[in-house]
Amino acid sequence: MNMVVFDRPHALIDVPFHYCPGCTHGIVHRLVAEAIDELGIEGKTVGIAPVGCSVMAYDYFNCDMIEAAHGRAPAVATGVKRSDPENLIVFTYQGDGDLASIGTAETVHAAARNENITIIFINNAIYGMTGGQMAPTSLPGQVTQTSPYGRDVNLCGYPVKVCEMLSMLDGPEYLERVAVNSVKHVKAAKKAIRKAFQNQVEGKGFSLVEVISSCPTNWGMTPAKALEWVEEKMIPYYPLGVYKDRSAGIIPGAKEEA
Amino acid sequence: MAKLTFKTDECKGCGLCVDACPKGILQLAKDKINKKGHHPAECTDEAACVACTSCATMCPDCIIRIEK
Repeated sequence: MNMVVFDRPHALIDVPFHYCPGCTHGIVHRLVAEAIDELGIEGKTVGIAPVGCSVMAYDYFNCDMIEAAHGRAPAVATGVKRSDPENLIVFTYQGDGDLASIGTAETVHAAARNENITIIFINNAIYGMTGGQMAPTSLPGQVTQTSPYGRDVNLCGYPVKVCEMLSMLDGPEYLERVAVNSVKHVKAAKKAIRKAFQNQVEGKGFSLVEVISSCPTNWGMTPAKALEWVEEKMIPYYPLGVYKDRSAGIIPGAKEEA
Repeated sequence: MAKLTFKTDECKGCGLCVDACPKGILQLAKDKINKKGHHPAECTDEAACVACTSCATMCPDCIIRIEK
């Protein structure tokens, strides 16, 4: 008898993605859908879509979706979650131009309030949808449409490291940075995303998973080369790992005191 | 024996599954063009497949179904 060992998750609607070939948004969409399937929460999940490449995420997830104003997904998620905290599972899915730029205030304050929501943050170091402009997370020296000679940190400042920044707050429950550039990293990413949802089911509080992602089109690379670039350039600047996990006792400030 | 099914017309020919396959039995079909205009991924030797799911794990478009 044939046993299905891999198939499209039920929480992912069977339509083709609009993403470019080799874009890792599709992988992360699938991981989110798998987490929803495994926890059996499809019927009570509400997703908040951002502005950016994943603006049309509402077409892909088999749950209720809301499209938020640019950067305001954590604020919308707060409202939805507080309207029915016992029954709803709320997640936002945001890119770096949404979460780390125009939406920084909403993100930081949602974390500080320890809202019981799940945030999936895609960091690909560039503005994808608008054509490859420099993002807050672009690496020093990275060539983009608006930094043709490479990002000059004296002129444009340094990249925003979201996990490190939020880990200094007392509010958040769980912060982890993962990548999706290899099979091993994708499996680790799946575990992190599942945990972020599990935390919300258990009422533990604010969980954010930062996913180091690729953008072959705007980086000007083949999909395979882009994944190598993630390994060689992005992961050294954005180290992977758990930045905060209060339940497991990983609290950056407390570690220094001890 | 493992059975691989590709939704060929949804393949964007990015080749991430080809790089992920530890057995090296996937390739982009150079002699075929799908509805989207890409060379779709295909398996050259299904008997050698061990159903490790590496290709499906890396496929950004979720077009691979694996049975065993």
